[in-house]
Amino acid sequence: MPEFTMAAALNAALADALEEDPRTLVFGEDVGELGGVFRVTDGLQRRFGRERVFNTPIAEAGIAGLCVGLALTGWRPIAEIQFDGFSYPALDQVISHLAKYRMRTRGRVSMPVVIRIPSFGGIRGKEHHGESPETYFVHTAGLKVVVPSSPLDAYTLLRKAITDPDPVVFLEPKSRYWAKEEGELTSDGLPIGRARVLRNGDACALVAYGAMVARCLEAAEKLAPEGVECRVIDLRSLVPLDVEALADAARETGRVAVVHEAPQTLGMAAEIAARVMEVAFDHLEAPVARVTGLDVPYPPASLEHRFLPSVERIAAAVRRVVDY
Amino acid sequence: MRDTGPSDDMVRHVAPDGTAVGDVDVGLDEGDLRELLRLMVRARRLDRECMALQRQGELTVYPPFEGQEAAQVGSAFALGPSDFVFPSFRELAAAIARGVDVVEYLQYHRGTWHGGAYDPIAARFAPICVPVATQIVHAVGWALGAKLDGIGACALAYFGDGATSEGDFHEAANMAAVFRVPVVLFCQNNGWAISVPLSEQTAVPIARRAGGYGFPGVRVDGNDVLAVYAVTRAAVERARAGEGPTLIEAITYRIGPHTTADDATRYRAPEEVERWRRLDPIERYRRFLLGAGIVGEEFVAACEAEAEAWVAEVRTAVTALGPPPEDEMVAFAFAEPPTTLTREWRERTDA
Repeated sequence: MPEFTMAAALNAALADALEEDPRTLVFGEDVGELGGVFRVTDGLQRRFGRERVFNTPIAEAGIAGLCVGLALTGWRPIAEIQFDGFSYPALDQVISHLAKYRMRTRGRVSMPVVIRIPSFGGIRGKEHHGESPETYFVHTAGLKVVVPSSPLDAYTLLRKAITDPDPVVFLEPKSRYWAKEEGELTSDGLPIGRARVLRNGDACALVAYGAMVARCLEAAEKLAPEGVECRVIDLRSLVPLDVEALADAARETGRVAVVHEAPQTLGMAAEIAARVMEVAFDHLEAPVARVTGLDVPYPPASLEHRFLPSVERIAAAVRRVVDY
Repeated sequence: MRDTGPSDDMVRHVAPDGTAVGDVDVGLDEGDLRELLRLMVRARRLDRECMALQRQGELTVYPPFEGQEAAQVGSAFALGPSDFVFPSFRELAAAIARGVDVVEYLQYHRGTWHGGAYDPIAARFAPICVPVATQIVHAVGWALGAKLDGIGACALAYFGDGATSEGDFHEAANMAAVFRVPVVLFCQNNGWAISVPLSEQTAVPIARRAGGYGFPGVRVDGNDVLAVYAVTRAAVERARAGEGPTLIEAITYRIGPHTTADDATRYRAPEEVERWRRLDPIERYRRFLLGAGIVGEEFVAACEAEAEAWVAEVRTAVTALGPPPEDEMVAFAFAEPPTTLTREWRERTDA
């Protein structure tokens, strides 16, 4: 069985998309000769040429705006924003145009655009290099937002994002770029909009995405000897949200804990808690628990372990929910 | 107060009194020369009708373009059928010149849809764009796509003097130069960004900015339709020949308010407006055509009558526009609406 890091799987997804669809383009800051600061675009410019894989000036609004114009000419842009904290200059173009174009044009003009953003913390990064920007995008109607948690699924999700007719914000958990997984890469598999269950259990459902999925699996492993079997759900897709999977989990376990790196207030956990309450209130044995970052700006490297949900904090939350 | 008089470094073919300044042969035949007048007359008539329709409660807020007919019609007329326009929100005259379905265009101001109700791809005219300067980046993206496709077409972005203060103007201009794409950056410098005069917007003439990016910047008398046509035509040809972008600064004036919600008397003197009325682009061009014997008074009268009849038709069609089917709100947001959205909509409509 071949083995892939997430960076290699994403690189393969880009290469296969460029190979299969001559209308795809890859661009962003340093994505050419360097292959991107995380090497996700390594070798692509040499293989596909400088017209289809190219560097841009440092201009994030420009990068996102280019996508709009290119989509109008029938190209399929796959843009890279170098880091989460630098995606904010692009927000105007993403919110005001990418997300609205289909509606504005009565469905005539679609925006088959992927914006890849290395995101989230856990790499002892400097300020602006550990942000969780998902809520900004999730709250913007008209976008799809996906977050892979493992190499093989990262490949599948990126291939699906590239063929999607609507704009997809693709948040890559940079602390998992070097995580490895064995298996075959496939562009089939679960579509965007579907969550996957990575571990079964009936005591509590742990809901997470990105790098927190691995931590939830670890927490579940740790809790098993205590007789607490957790179901671990990898959301994958924040928009559309797989409410059915959440409803099933709540009905079947009666207990839900949501884990994310982003600050707590109006984070995904707030939305998930509300959805679970709406569809499975009568089945809940305990309030939905949130294990999240703090409502503070992302801290310096030496403190990030106290900001991010740890295996211990996740396990403690599950014990609280189970003992409620 | 801003210098509103003619400037020496401005390209001009026809003086404000309608007399020719040097060579007026811009490569248009007499049919085209007449068409420019016909389009400007139509545009002004519709603009005034829209102001009236807004006052009558038939349109929501409307941004008039009176005074800017030559800048818009002259530039749009220089484009070919494959070229693509990226307007801001005051380019109805350019839309008329490009043959955009104006009733569909006016859905935006009627409030029955957003600014892309017409078919932007077929019309080669992007949706009306309100966030200032953001459309300039789209034009550069389009031009990059056109260059990759080798279709020999160019994009033209319209924006105002205020837009040149935005970061997106800079990012677009810089990328246009670095990628050497076929794009024309067409600034209608009408002197005012709502209430802020040019002197509070920029410390250098706008056209001079182009030098910093590495492409030509041209100042043109924006109330001289032949000069506007000529400089735009040259920029379009340059773009199509692979020589990259051009910035055009058309010096013109917004005779009316920023929009129907604005009161321009609060920030500018009536004398300034009157001075610009005397520089009226349509009157200037009419005198030129009459003086050159290209048209007679009967042609001008026929243009006006034809515009009157056309605007009556547009008025009837626009005032007949009702709200779209409510479910279009849900149908067009995504190619396939998420189940969360369809459920929310169903619950609302079942209630």
